[in-house]
Amino acid sequence: MTAEEMTIIGKSVNRKDAPEKVRGAAKYTTDYIAPDLLHAKLVTSTYAHAKIKSINTNEAQKVPGVQAIVTAEYCPGIVGVILEDQPMLAKDKVRYHGEPIAVVVANSEYEAKKAAELIQVEYEPLPVVNSPGEAIKPNAPLIHENHGDYRRLKHVFPEPGTNISNHVKIRKGDIGKAWAQCDVIVEDSFSIPQSDHAALEPRNSRCEIKPDGRVIIYTSSQSPFIVRKLISRYFNLDEGKVIVNTPLVGGAFGGKAAVHLEFLVYMASYAVGGRMVKLVNTREEDLIGSPCKIGLEAKVKLGSTKDGIIKAAEITYLVDGGAYSNMGVAITKSIATDCTGPYKIENVFCDAICVYTNHPFTTSFRGFGHMEYTFAIERTIDMLARKLKHDPLELRIKNAIAPGDTSPSLVGLTPSNIGNLKECLNQIKKLINWDGGRKVDMGNGKIRTKGISCFWKTPSTPTDAVSGAVITFNPDGSINLNIGPVELGVGSKTVLAQILAERLKWDINKIHVTMEVNTELNPVHWKTVASMTIYMVGRAVLEAAEDLISQLKSIGSIVLRCSPTDLDVADGKVFLKEDPNQHLDVTEVVYGYKYDNGNSIGGQIMGRGTFIMKHLTTLDHDGGKGVPGPGWTLGAQAVEVEFDAKYCTYNILKAVTVLDAGKVLNPKTAEGVVKGGMSMGLSFATREYFDFDIQGKVLNHNLRTYKIMRFGENPQYIVNFIETPQIDAPYGARAFGEHGIIGMPAALGNSLAAASDTDLNKLPLSPETIWKTRKEAAQ
Amino acid sequence: MITMDFAYYRPKSIAEAVNTFQDLTLQNKKALYYGGGTEIISMARMNKLQFAAVIDIKEIPECNVMQINNQKLTIGAAVTLTKICETNLFPLLSRAAKATADHTSRDKITVGGNICGLIPYREVVLPFLLCNSQVILAGKEGQRTVPITQIFDKTLKREKSEFIVQILTDRTFIDLPFEFVKKTKMEEIDYPLVTLALIKLGDEIRAAVSGLCSFPFRSSRLENEINQISVPLQTRIDNIMSNLPGPILNNLQGSAEYRDFVFRNTLLDALAKVGGAS
Amino acid sequence: MFQVLSKSLIELEVNGEIKSIVVRPADTLLFALREQLGLTGTKDACGNGDCAACTVLVDGWPVKSCLMLAVEAVGHKITTIEGLKDIPIQKAFLDKFALQCGYCTPAFIINSHALVTIHPDANDEVIKEWLQSNLCRCTSYEEIKEAVKWVLGQ
Repeated sequence: MTAEEMTIIGKSVNRKDAPEKVRGAAKYTTDYIAPDLLHAKLVTSTYAHAKIKSINTNEAQKVPGVQAIVTAEYCPGIVGVILEDQPMLAKDKVRYHGEPIAVVVANSEYEAKKAAELIQVEYEPLPVVNSPGEAIKPNAPLIHENHGDYRRLKHVFPEPGTNISNHVKIRKGDIGKAWAQCDVIVEDSFSIPQSDHAALEPRNSRCEIKPDGRVIIYTSSQSPFIVRKLISRYFNLDEGKVIVNTPLVGGAFGGKAAVHLEFLVYMASYAVGGRMVKLVNTREEDLIGSPCKIGLEAKVKLGSTKDGIIKAAEITYLVDGGAYSNMGVAITKSIATDCTGPYKIENVFCDAICVYTNHPFTTSFRGFGHMEYTFAIERTIDMLARKLKHDPLELRIKNAIAPGDTSPSLVGLTPSNIGNLKECLNQIKKLINWDGGRKVDMGNGKIRTKGISCFWKTPSTPTDAVSGAVITFNPDGSINLNIGPVELGVGSKTVLAQILAERLKWDINKIHVTMEVNTELNPVHWKTVASMTIYMVGRAVLEAAEDLISQLKSIGSIVLRCSPTDLDVADGKVFLKEDPNQHLDVTEVVYGYKYDNGNSIGGQIMGRGTFIMKHLTTLDHDGGKGVPGPGWTLGAQAVEVEFDAKYCTYNILKAVTVLDAGKVLNPKTAEGVVKGGMSMGLSFATREYFDFDIQGKVLNHNLRTYKIMRFGENPQYIVNFIETPQIDAPYGARAFGEHGIIGMPAALGNSLAAASDTDLNKLPLSPETIWKTRKEAAQ
Repeated sequence: MITMDFAYYRPKSIAEAVNTFQDLTLQNKKALYYGGGTEIISMARMNKLQFAAVIDIKEIPECNVMQINNQKLTIGAAVTLTKICETNLFPLLSRAAKATADHTSRDKITVGGNICGLIPYREVVLPFLLCNSQVILAGKEGQRTVPITQIFDKTLKREKSEFIVQILTDRTFIDLPFEFVKKTKMEEIDYPLVTLALIKLGDEIRAAVSGLCSFPFRSSRLENEINQISVPLQTRIDNIMSNLPGPILNNLQGSAEYRDFVFRNTLLDALAKVGGAS
Repeated sequence: MFQVLSKSLIELEVNGEIKSIVVRPADTLLFALREQLGLTGTKDACGNGDCAACTVLVDGWPVKSCLMLAVEAVGHKITTIEGLKDIPIQKAFLDKFALQCGYCTPAFIINSHALVTIHPDANDEVIKEWLQSNLCRCTSYEEIKEAVKWVLGQ
């Protein structure tokens, strides 16, 4: 079938989850209410780094309704996904403000909270590591004294005796010789703070342990199958006896990929004889106690010829991974493999280092570190353009990565795996009216400027990440699509149904996809992260569709007395290609075909599809050679602001993204997810950060003070897609669930730097920061 | 989830409210008069406020009045900020109300609650300070009517048993030309860096400020400086800044240094607008 | 005088039905709606009046149910998302893709419904003033504005 003939792919099919959501009928994990449910409440650290001298639970035990109080002494070992370094509950010492220390289980939330308030923890404060820069100082306090002993579960390189939890090196070309070819060199430092996902649904979990030993967990998670694995691993349970359920998730953005509350709620249930216990973060706990987004300190040095050909990049990225490594160490690798941004640079020398600090621990966040380093790279490109007296957009076009080039980790690039950045830049030039004035004085103290950024990202998945799909029929010929990804909000389950509908030429309304995930029933899907759902599950769905079609043709060929190759399947029918009137309705065959005399053949028709990543490799430790992901998604973004030169306040007028989507499967959901990413990127760039005091405590741990962009503060958004197919992806569709966020802070930073004539190298870009930076630069 | 337990009373009259307060006091129980309750609930959740009872004044008829008669605008303490804005009888007050929290919160926050709140900003008091409004307080000694400027010093000084019933404002004030500016760190819905309210009576300019210090204020010193038209504006502003009624706030919303900068410029701009620059 | 001194039986009028529940005077309306009445369409996302995911209508006006005591709601008409069926704004949110994860959606719909009912002629400024109360973390807000404007244009 050619693209022109596609009937459902490329259409803005309404979301299948929308009717329930607009009626308030959609159920999330925390929406389970039952009278026999027990409630858990956390006691969390009020210090960022301190010895725990004692925990006194005497008064708390006396609160009526209290069933159990769990502390570290009841917890087995330490946990981790890459590096095992985290106690389930703080043991001996606390390493960040908000770290869980104890769990109280009681008959009601009221009693649990009341008891939690009465638990007294005596601390002895320790010196605090309050930034990545402090963490690598030679005499820095050690946050993990014995981290050389921690078990490494994956490719990770901690440096014992320091606060370094991972060190990834990229060595491409010959950086030593490269500088000699450079006429112009720019160098600067950048700082990007930690912040939080702040999904509207706070993280929460429930657990019960059945009399037969089955552990049933309900959790707001992006990784129910990983929850199953880790609960089984750390509590020594059969994996088949751990059943994890995830209904609709109220936003995740990477923050629900980590397994955290699940350990605590399992222990809570265990402590009360397996009764069902519910643990729900308050917003305050969710912001700092559960994992947040990395921070980054970057040093970037770029060199180019006088014609603007970038020849060399020397980069140090210091990742603020917080108190425990979790995914911070993997994000560090991902930053390293894409460290230059989407540019052809022959000589690259990059050290990406993940460090422990006494900040909240970190996990994946939309963009997986790319938003952060892109700010540093793209600000430096603008500085280079200024020094070269080149147009920043033209400089980007000149150096844009293209098929035939190699990535920093030496992956050979093709049109399929890289796409077309130059075309994105050409389009954005028109959409932002680049040539219509990059800096315009409006005459009333207001200046309008435009800033641009490129972005790229390849997913960083395990080399053996898998997915699967099972298709069954209902008697009416409608289809049940059984798959393992979580519906986080981006609408992927609807799009996956579209993929199936397209391949089967089926009515989309006759394809049912369950929104809930159950690890016992659904085929495994690695995790719902890395924008990989459509790519991975879509492939499995297509394979399952092929399987289904071949079964339908097989039975059809018997009944219709022809070869299977004579048949086609569409609209609920198996028919002869040359004469569609000779057909079978699928309802006649889905559970077997019955002849008039009662003889039956065929049996139930079920489609099965699987997918596993191919050709991925780990990164070679010395030089960083390796294949991180199946392909890149790239594009360009621009932001136009109106800047008040006196107060340093500004309005964001317009934000544009041009992204090579490969193929747009559902235009409205595609546009929505990119705009949502842009919105989050601008929200982060303008106001989101954790404000740490000198003791490493987070001062803004509620949504009164931790600010998120509100309705009406948004600019006009323009999203345009170009389509260079990724050959191995479903219908050529590239991954882009995260990508809208990546270049936003950089584009805004470049715009505001131009407006204020100030190098703005720190986020967030609050008016006060701009004012202060401008003032300091003037002195 | 509030773990502290307290009793809830919803009196139908002023007398019932005051008597309830008195009864509770006799039982050694700390009672709070309760308007919108938004601050009380959020502080109680965090255990930042201890009390044994709340007395919800929203069903007291006098507390719900919002009308002009006898050349006076009467506003009951339980009138919500949304109602202030929707009726818009007092444009400057509407502006101050709109500067407080967000629209949905304003459906709950009351005039009396905002003025008597614990947060440092309480922008709703600014228009009343500028207009020399009269506050009717009810307490165990009965009712009294007092100029707000006389009892508002950082907070509204009142007897423990007293609550605001109404605020009266001379009609001549409510239509005066005014300027109201709220500056925030970044977004509209936030505590202020500074909020400045000015009104103009003939040539005289009155000014009240929130956000600059840890309390809202109207100061005669500041107004004297503002109105010294013969003195160069920059000198007047320098004088104002060196004679503030308290240290400049330094918090998450902004540093003291930045607030200083923003306030100076906000004042300059506002004076230029109302014609007090020279 | 209406008074509730300790944990007691109260009556709330929710979605046109009178419901008897037992509450502590310190329980919020949000808690009572979700935990006592099982009306989980009203969401708890900050408990502090900052995100408005718990917005319900009290006598037709949007109110954050986390900042209202359950006892305070006695004598008032409460409408939750479960009480709104097939109103134009629900269709508009669906058609305009004005939702993603859906967690903020019931409250946005409640608030938008009140807005278009109370101010059928709302201009952009009024729409902004009202809807700024609610946080959405997934969409760009543009889609939500489109949905509200579509209903206002009907």
